[in-house]
Amino acid sequence: MQRIIKNDQVVDESWHLLPKDADLATLSNSDDVIVPLSLWLEHGHALRARDGGLGVWLDAGEEIEEIAEQLDRFQVIALNFPVFTDGRHFSTARLLRERYGYKGEVRAIGDVLRDQLFFMKRCGFDAYAVRPDRDPYDALQSLQDFSDSYQAAADQPLPLFRRRNA
Amino acid sequence: MYVYDSYDQRIVEDRVKQFRDQTRRYLAGELSDEEFRPLRLQNGLYIQRYAPMLRIAVPYGLLSSRQVRKLAQIARDYDKGYAHISTRQNVQLNWPDLEDVPDILAELATVQMHAIQTSGNCIRNTTTDQFAGVARDEVIDPRPWCELIRQWSTFHPEFAHLPRKFKIAVNGAAQDRAAIEVHDIGLEAVKNAAGELGFRVSVGGGLGRTPIVGSFINEFLPWQHLLSYLEAIIRVYNRYGRRDNKFKARIKILVKALTPEVFAERVDAEWTHLKDGPTTLDDAEVQRVAQFFVDPDYRALVDENERLEGLDREHPGFARWRSRNVVLHKKPGYAAVTLSLKPTGVAPGDVTDKQLDVIADLADRYSFGEVRNSHNQNIILADVEQQSLFDLWNELRENGFASPNIGLLTDMICCPGGDFCSLANAKSIPVAESIQRRFDNLDYLFDLGDIDLNISGCMNACGHHHVGHIGILGVDKKGQEFYQVSLGGSSARDASLGQILGPSFAQDDMPDVIGKVIDVYVERRTEEERFIDTFRRIGIDPFKERVYAANH
Ligand code: SF4
Repeated sequence: MQRIIKNDQVVDESWHLLPKDADLATLSNSDDVIVPLSLWLEHGHALRARDGGLGVWLDAGEEIEEIAEQLDRFQVIALNFPVFTDGRHFSTARLLRERYGYKGEVRAIGDVLRDQLFFMKRCGFDAYAVRPDRDPYDALQSLQDFSDSYQAAADQPLPLFRRRNA
Repeated sequence: MYVYDSYDQRIVEDRVKQFRDQTRRYLAGELSDEEFRPLRLQNGLYIQRYAPMLRIAVPYGLLSSRQVRKLAQIARDYDKGYAHISTRQNVQLNWPDLEDVPDILAELATVQMHAIQTSGNCIRNTTTDQFAGVARDEVIDPRPWCELIRQWSTFHPEFAHLPRKFKIAVNGAAQDRAAIEVHDIGLEAVKNAAGELGFRVSVGGGLGRTPIVGSFINEFLPWQHLLSYLEAIIRVYNRYGRRDNKFKARIKILVKALTPEVFAERVDAEWTHLKDGPTTLDDAEVQRVAQFFVDPDYRALVDENERLEGLDREHPGFARWRSRNVVLHKKPGYAAVTLSLKPTGVAPGDVTDKQLDVIADLADRYSFGEVRNSHNQNIILADVEQQSLFDLWNELRENGFASPNIGLLTDMICCPGGDFCSLANAKSIPVAESIQRRFDNLDYLFDLGDIDLNISGCMNACGHHHVGHIGILGVDKKGQEFYQVSLGGSSARDASLGQILGPSFAQDDMPDVIGKVIDVYVERRTEEERFIDTFRRIGIDPFKERVYAANH
């Protein structure tokens, strides 16, 4: 079983991440699943009728605006990093938290390595499926890389200058 | 200059700790080359042709004498005793050991310095006018704004992995010495009719493979919104900039693909959400930062024209130096002095550790303990009393800084090229030197007047060859090092990109080629006409004819 970081702790993973070509017919009714965006767009109705938990995942080129009206249907929104140097979903996470006020889990999946974690957390991620060949306990330490930051972001509504001058 | 408080200091120290651990993990094999690469680059560390190269950030070019001494010591202890001033006002070390880099960063942190975001696909060091705060034609001192941008862009969590590098420049003077129109974002401080401060915003300028002059997308951005507007621009770029092809990944390609108008609309749509949010700047913060850039304790002096002219008559060398290396200062009785790092025979922009110590010392004695690096790879003492100019000149001569060539043909911008850089197609330093040697007659150089000659060792254009009045680009021709020449570029307010003269030349031919180009100028110029003006008037053909005629 994969272990992931959630809310600053390493926990056992209970959700199933379905691949891009996942088929509605093979879905069990009660598992907690994170479905690819295309499956949701095509079969949203059927997916909502299931008993298990529902999440959706977006590839790096997919835009959150597509499901902006439906965010409350998902307990998890997972954002995929095809390579760790692809920074598009840093913006997506901030939009989810700061613009759309999404309160569910925002999870980083794909090429997730410890040195991205601090920034991811600032952008609004609260779960990280660290690449399976890396130790999630090691990665956990990077959430403490910096003791403070200059900018306002999802984790800190005030930029440093507003706190510093307070 | 800006002085860190405990927050700034802690953030820089956290970075040292983080990088120490990243280096440890890399050396222990826990991080692959590929994984370590973006991490080290965001700390300015390249793996070069012969050794690593470490690029140290000099925010908007400003250094205290204490920092200069620290750089001298680092160059001595960890390098071969010299450092290099880059075209982005930063400082580069060419021979540090990878294992030593965390220690070097720790040393830098003790003098409020770092190497954060000096490379990699992130927001780079913000640059500005080397005469900021002292220029007579200044409208607004750009330095507080640069510092505000520095803090906002430092470890910006959303923009750590942009499609490509991202450069911002700020200008606050009538003349544009910061070349803002060839930056990803160029900001020009302006005042509106009501006397309020704002910024004209240019996007999508840049050099490299696809040189483009930027487009202005906002004619007046009120200062309060500077950071949220920057955030909107870069968010649009982060989301929609191309990532499939490294050569098409700069923001200029996106702006061009969308058209500047559509790009501006996208930015506005994004900005609507960010505007008036917590990132909106307020008076308190601007004042907190601006107080670090108030005037030093200038004395009440008067201009010393007569005395200086008297010295000029007695010492023609002094007169020459003064006419090129000394510029007017906003305060009567003061002057800004450029130390030339372009004597013939030294790689442009190189300084030794001993010279750095001397510079620190001169700064303390003549210029309130501060210096500036210029993007032309020289060093400036910005606040020198005119009555000390003669003494200073003598000291500069003793230390090799008094070449009276600022703005002249031999004051070239030159990237490290094939002698150091692993991306190079060709060497650049020997070409610079051969041209300097060819034009070693000072009277002739003076007669030629202002000419920007810029040399890059490859398409990446670190030597800004596109915007040189004369640009030289190293190219690879069947495995041989060749050089392409372009004419007519300019990075000033009337920015333009150079036109390619024609087929490239072998290294040995370069001094002759430049000689012919200059001959055409001398023959065709009208009185008082600068090289660039003659070029713009007569076009490239007369130059082409002369240079290539002799080949047949
Ligand atoms: S222009 Fe090319 S050769 Fe010169 S420093 Fe840049 S990358 Fe290296």
